[in-house]
Amino acid sequence: MVETGHFALVLAFALSLVQMLVPLYGARAGNQKMMAVGGPVAVTGFALTALSFAALAIAYASSDFSVASVWENSHSLQPLIYKITGTWGNHEGSMLLWVLILTFFGALVAAFGSNLPATLKANVLAVQGAIGAAFFLFILATSNPFTRLNPAPIEGRDLNPVLQDLGLAIHPPLLYLGYVGFSICFSFSVAALIEGRIDASWARWVRPWTLVAWMFLTGGIAMGSYWAYYELGWGGFWFWDPVENASFMPWLAGTALLHSAIVMEKRSALKIWTLLLAILTFSLSLLGTFLVRSGVLTSVHAFATDPTRGVFILCILTLFIGGSLALFALRASRLTAGGLFHPISREGALVLNNLFLTTATATVLVGTLYPLALEAVTGGKISVGAPFFDLTFGPLMLPLLAIVPFGPLLAWKRGDVFAAAQRLMAAFAAALAAMLVTVLFVDGASVFAALGVGLAVWLVCGALTDLAVKSGFGSVTPAIMLRRFAGLPRSVFGTALAHLGLGLTLLGIVGTLSFGTEKILSMHAGETVELSGNTLRFEGLYPAQGPNYSEDRGRFVVIGADGNAKGEISSAKRFFPVRQTTTTESGIRTVWFSQLYLSLGDEGNDGSVVVRLWWKPLVTLIWGGALVMMAGAAMSLMDRRLRVGAPSRRKKLVPSASLS
Amino acid sequence: MMARVSLASLVLLLGLLFAGSAFAVKPDEVLSDPALEARARTLSEGLRCMVCQNQSIDESDADLARDLRILVRQRLVAGDTDQQVMDYVVSRYGEFVLLKPRFSLSNALLWGTPVLLLLAGGIFIVLTARSRRSTATKSLTAEEQAALEKMLRD
Repeated sequence: MVETGHFALVLAFALSLVQMLVPLYGARAGNQKMMAVGGPVAVTGFALTALSFAALAIAYASSDFSVASVWENSHSLQPLIYKITGTWGNHEGSMLLWVLILTFFGALVAAFGSNLPATLKANVLAVQGAIGAAFFLFILATSNPFTRLNPAPIEGRDLNPVLQDLGLAIHPPLLYLGYVGFSICFSFSVAALIEGRIDASWARWVRPWTLVAWMFLTGGIAMGSYWAYYELGWGGFWFWDPVENASFMPWLAGTALLHSAIVMEKRSALKIWTLLLAILTFSLSLLGTFLVRSGVLTSVHAFATDPTRGVFILCILTLFIGGSLALFALRASRLTAGGLFHPISREGALVLNNLFLTTATATVLVGTLYPLALEAVTGGKISVGAPFFDLTFGPLMLPLLAIVPFGPLLAWKRGDVFAAAQRLMAAFAAALAAMLVTVLFVDGASVFAALGVGLAVWLVCGALTDLAVKSGFGSVTPAIMLRRFAGLPRSVFGTALAHLGLGLTLLGIVGTLSFGTEKILSMHAGETVELSGNTLRFEGLYPAQGPNYSEDRGRFVVIGADGNAKGEISSAKRFFPVRQTTTTESGIRTVWFSQLYLSLGDEGNDGSVVVRLWWKPLVTLIWGGALVMMAGAAMSLMDRRLRVGAPSRRKKLVPSASLS
Repeated sequence: MMARVSLASLVLLLGLLFAGSAFAVKPDEVLSDPALEARARTLSEGLRCMVCQNQSIDESDADLARDLRILVRQRLVAGDTDQQVMDYVVSRYGEFVLLKPRFSLSNALLWGTPVLLLLAGGIFIVLTARSRRSTATKSLTAEEQAALEKMLRD
């Protein structure tokens, strides 16, 4: 079975070479048959990669320790679910997942791309094949997951205990679907550059792919954040860690792309910029892969001691980013600029959105790479941590978030800010009221906290205002309004939901950071502790035995106002003997949108235990907001206009020329 | 040695050794004066745990982080200002210890990028919009003028 997987992988590599060369040549030579090769090859390549991945997953599930990767990252006593998720819980397996998703997207283009112009489809699949070929080669040459051990060890070395969690089942696949999903936008852009023209179907094709990738990336990042929150045992949800930034940069650029693609689709303006942005977004995904996979982040020295993988990915990075940008520089001037618009218009607002988002992306990029660059150039060592990003990224987001509600309310081509402002009066009043309430009634609320709450309410109410205005609120009877509301295009709901979700996430962040409380203390069994209105009684430590670990579980009873027990929270220290590692399982109790978060520390000599307790107001909104954003993207995808393959119902209206 | 990796990263960074949760400030470290303790916490959040991966001493469980936390508190109790404490720590451990890099010449590009890029982008957008509008109106007047005059004459 393992050999079958290995063979399938090599075959998939060979097919990716075919997919790269044949359709590309066919498109140049105008050979229909050669162009048509791309589709079936892409689908077959995906099937082979899936077979290869399945073979590895079976090796993991059946604890086949004759495979080096399984031996290093699995153990026979592990629960089955972690044996399976362990398939991608390591370098080799996760790269295989990466190409699996890449070929999956390629197959999707092949399967659903029947209404694409033949040359465009051929070129897209060729570029997709080229990316695939590079990464297949990378896997086969430097990170082969099917390498065998002889003699086979009897027992494995266990999966990293922190990864033995349901999060590993969800987070990486979602993240990669997002990361790699942008490869389609990249391939479409490069294909357009190869052809030297962007036709109307281009934008209609790129936007849904951007939406899909963005939706998954949003989910992947949010899931990772929640996983870090409950697994690491101290309740942080975002750390500005370089590896997090690596996934955040494509998200920011992808968000910008999502918005500029709207302008391009509706008004055929910003063509060249959208194309560049699509290239940059996937380039940042590649950069993220390089940063994470090369070990350059852990330390420059780690990179220098085992440079094969790093140098290989660096070559892929240079080839694709450099190549696509060079092609862009050569061909961009051939592309015609699109329609005109007044600065104050929907287009103008979206340009502003792009300005702030790209600056924010660059800020995160510089903050992530600057220490590496400085050390390489001058040898000086500095750290760039959360305080830097708070000071730079934060101020960039404030104006952006403040103008979000205006965008959807402005008309295309030429908008009226005052009319939009008038419609937003209610939302503005609500935001002001929220700020006042925060300042007046919440103890210890800072000006920033009030501002943050106000901004969040502004975003939420602004999104609702958009829906209300578009259903004709105030000008028609409720019955008609309801009908109009139901008849609104799905993409309008999508926009409103995404912006609303953004507001909720902001509210969660501000709530947790500004109004959270914390207590650190030593407790004996029977003692009680009170934090922000929650009373807990420590029942004691109870040892227990898991399948591949032993634990000491501290049980706490939540006591209500009437003195009776309302529930229980428990937190455990787990010891994994194979890796000699201890993890903390935090205890969480959700009260509405807030959470009581508890984690155990060391035991004292006198039988006491160190307990750290947090009250995190509104914290669940951080991830809840991300779910709402995803729902918004899904809603937009269901819009008839974007349903790929759906025939366009009416012809594009030709804007009536002013003098004719 | 403790290494804290954020989870978003974790999966990607699987090769890293990872030793459980960070369990930072311990009860016996906490200062009795709440004002001083609050200052100590704020300062700790800006200081890097030297043996960890991108983690502040406030979050880290490492012994070195604990030593540094205690050092910060000792200086505060001795009456140092926040700035004096930071200067003292930097003089002992170098600039690497600061999670917020200083505003110095070598960091000019780091701090300057967001501002410069925003300005450059803004100016670029304004200029393009202007030039495109003026060329657009020019071409309109040039071509349309003749047509208009002709129409008026007829």
